[in-house]
Amino acid sequence: MSAARSESGSVLSHALKDALLAGIVAFGLFILLLGFLTEDSRGPLQLIRRPGLLASAVGAVFAGRFIVSLIYYNFEAIRTGLGALWDAIVRFCHLYKWWLVAAFLAAAALRIYFVPQSWPLMLLIVSATLIGLRSGLSAALLVIAVVFPVAFYNNPYFLGIAIIILTYIMLGWGLNIVVGLAGLLDLGYVAFYAVGAYSYAIIAQAYGWSFWVCLPLAGLFAAFFGILLGFPVLRLRGDYLAIVTLAFGEIVRIVLLNWISLTNGPNGIGSIPRASFFGIPFTPNDDGFAATFGLEFDPTHRTVFLFYVILALALITNWVTIRLRKLPVGRAWEALREDEIAVRSLGINPTNTKLTAFAIGAMFGGFAGAFFATRQGFISPDSFTFPESALILAIVVLGGMGSQIGVAIAATVMTASFELFREFEQFRLVIFGFAMVGIMVWRPRGLVSTREPTAYLREKKTISVEHVAEGRG
Amino acid sequence: MEYFLQQLINGLALGSIYGLVAIGYTMVYGIIGMINFAHGDIFMVGTFIALIAFLILVAIGITAIPLALFLVLLIAMLLTSLYGWAVERIAYRPLRGSFRLAPLISAIGMSIVLQNYVQLAQGARVKTLQPLITGVHTLLDLGNRLVVQISNIQILIIVTTLALMSGFTWLISSTSLGRDMRACEQDLKMAALLGVDTNRTISLTFLIGAALASVAGMMYLLYYGVIDFHIGFVAGVKAFTAAVLGGIGSLPGAMLGGLLIGLIETYWSAYFSVQYKDVAAFSILIVVLIFMPTGILGKPEVEKV
Repeated sequence: MSAARSESGSVLSHALKDALLAGIVAFGLFILLLGFLTEDSRGPLQLIRRPGLLASAVGAVFAGRFIVSLIYYNFEAIRTGLGALWDAIVRFCHLYKWWLVAAFLAAAALRIYFVPQSWPLMLLIVSATLIGLRSGLSAALLVIAVVFPVAFYNNPYFLGIAIIILTYIMLGWGLNIVVGLAGLLDLGYVAFYAVGAYSYAIIAQAYGWSFWVCLPLAGLFAAFFGILLGFPVLRLRGDYLAIVTLAFGEIVRIVLLNWISLTNGPNGIGSIPRASFFGIPFTPNDDGFAATFGLEFDPTHRTVFLFYVILALALITNWVTIRLRKLPVGRAWEALREDEIAVRSLGINPTNTKLTAFAIGAMFGGFAGAFFATRQGFISPDSFTFPESALILAIVVLGGMGSQIGVAIAATVMTASFELFREFEQFRLVIFGFAMVGIMVWRPRGLVSTREPTAYLREKKTISVEHVAEGRG
Repeated sequence: MEYFLQQLINGLALGSIYGLVAIGYTMVYGIIGMINFAHGDIFMVGTFIALIAFLILVAIGITAIPLALFLVLLIAMLLTSLYGWAVERIAYRPLRGSFRLAPLISAIGMSIVLQNYVQLAQGARVKTLQPLITGVHTLLDLGNRLVVQISNIQILIIVTTLALMSGFTWLISSTSLGRDMRACEQDLKMAALLGVDTNRTISLTFLIGAALASVAGMMYLLYYGVIDFHIGFVAGVKAFTAAVLGGIGSLPGAMLGGLLIGLIETYWSAYFSVQYKDVAAFSILIVVLIFMPTGILGKPEVEKV
C-alpha cells in the first residue's frame, strides 16, 4: 500500500517536472512571437503586448505535457485497460453481427420514415454497409462513389467537394506510383499538375479542340516534362532527388508567373473551354445536353458529368497502377524501393525504371491538371505552389505509402476536414503540419498500413532438404 | 567595371547571409544525414525575433545603436536556438532509426507548422523596419556618377560573418564539443560506443545551426528591412543549394557555396533578369548535383551493401 503510494507520488512528481520544463521552454519559444504583436496600421511598426495570449499558450503547453507525462508513465496500465475494452467490443460485434445489422437497417428505415428528405443519405449508407459487409471496404467505397451524385443531386455544395476529393484521390494515386511504389520522394509533383492544366488551357483555347482530345495531350505533355526532369536527376540519391524536384516545381511556377505572352503571368488564364458531353455542350440552347436528351436544363448536369469524369479518371489511375504492379516494371519499382544496389546487381537499369515511374506518375498528374482546368475554367500560378505538393505528398504518406485504399481514405479525410474547418485557415495548416510529424513518429507506414503483397505463391511448395541443406558434399 | 565591382560587394553581402544559413544545413547533414527542411523557417523565425527584440529595445529606451545591435543579436541567438532545439526534440529525435525518408517528411511538416505559426502569431502582412544603420563609404569614384560604394550595413554583415566563421571554426577544431561533433560525423554508432553523448551533441548541433541562422536572419532584416512569414522557404532552398554547391558536410564549403550563390544571384539580376534570379539559383542546384554530386569541397560518398 505504502509502496504504491510512494510510486504514484514519484509518477506525479516526474510528470510535474516534465511539464515544468516544457512550460519553461514554451515560455522561451512564445515570449516574443506570441507575447508581442507587431502592428503597422499607422506608419511605423507598433508593438502591442499580449500577456494573456502568452500565458494561455504557456499554460496549455504545461497542462498538455503534464497529461501526456501522466499517461506515459502509466502507459502499461492504460494500454491493457484499453486493449481489454477493445477486445470486448470486437467480441460483442462478432457475436451479434446480424442483430447489429438489423438494428442498423431499422434505424435507417425509421429515420427515412420521420425525416423523408434524408433518404439519399440513408440509401447511400445502407447500400455501402451491405456491400461492405459482403465484399470489403473497397467495394463499399466504390458503391458510395457511384451512388453519390444520385443521392446528393440536390446538393451542389457536396457534389463540388466530392469532385475536389476525387481530384486529390487521383493526384494521390498518381504520386503513389512515384513515392509509394518506386520510393522516389517527389516534392515537385504539383509541377506536372500545373503543366497538365496549362497545356490543356492553352491548347483548348488556341485550337478549340474538345476536352477529350486535349486531355491525352495534356497527359502526354506532363509525361514529357517528367522525362525531361527525370532523365538528368534520377541518378541522385533520395534526399537530393527530393530537393531537386522541389527546385523543379519552383522553376515551373516562376516560369508560369513570368512567361506572360504564353501564360498571362500572375493574372492566369480565364474562360477555359468547359468539358462537353462528347461534343454536346452543357448549355440551355437547343443543341445543349438538356435539349438533346429531352430534359429540363439544370446546371447540375454538368457537375454530375464532371463527377463521373473524375471518378473514371481516378479509377483508371487505380486500375493501371494495380496492373502495372503485376508487370515486370512494377516489380522492378518495388524492388528498387527496397534495395537499389540489389536491383542493380540483378541487371535492371535503375535509371530507366525510375524514369518510367516518374513519367507515368507525371502523366496522371497531367490528366488531373487538365481536369482541374476544365472544371475551374480559370487557372493561375497561385494554384500550383509548394504547399499543394506538400498536401498531395501528405495524402500519400498518411495513407500509407503504396496502399491504394489508404490514399483514398487519407484524401477524403484530409479534404473533408479542410472543408469543415474552413474558418480556421491557419490553425488547420498548423495542425496539418503536426499531423505529418505525428504520423511519421507513431505510424511511419501510414494510418492504413496494410499493403497487399504484390507476388505470392498460389500453393504451398515444399522444398526438399537437398536444396536447402548447406555444407555437405 | 564599376558596376561589376558594385555588384561584387552586393553579392558578397548577400552570400554571407546564405553562407550562415547553409552552415546549419551542412552540419546537420554531416552528422545525421538528413536534410533539415525546416531550417529555412528557423531563419525566418530568427528575423521575426530580431524584429520584435528591436522594437522592444526601442520601446524601453535603448537607442544606442551598437548596444542595441549587440543585445538583439544575443536575444535572437538565444531564442532562435531554442526553436532549433525544440524542432529537433519534437520532430527528428523520435525518428532516429526510422526509414530514410521519414525525417524529411517530418521536417516538411515542421516547416509548415513554423510558417503558419508565425503567420498566426504576427499576421500575414509584410513587416517593414526603417533602416537603422545608414551611411555609405565611397570606395572608388570615377566621376560622372560612376561610383563603387559600400554601405555600413554591408561592412557589418561581412565583418560579423567573418567573426562568426572564425569563432565557429575554432569551436569545431579546438573544443571538446567540436571534437564530439566531428566524431559523430565520422561514425555515430562508434562515437556513442566510445562515450560521446550523441543525443546531446546532435541537440547542440541544431542549437548552433539555429543560432547562426538567427544571425543571418538579423542581418537580412537590417539589410532589406522587409520580412514576412514566407521568406524562409526560398532562402532555405537557396542556402541548401549553397551547402550542396560547396559540398554538403563541409563547413568551409558551405561558406564558399553561400558566397558563390550570392554572387551568381546578384550578377544574374544585374545583367540578365530579376524575375528569373530564383530560377538561376535552382538551375545551378540541379546542374551541380548532376555533374558534381559531391560539390566543390565535399568528399565522395561510397555506398556499401
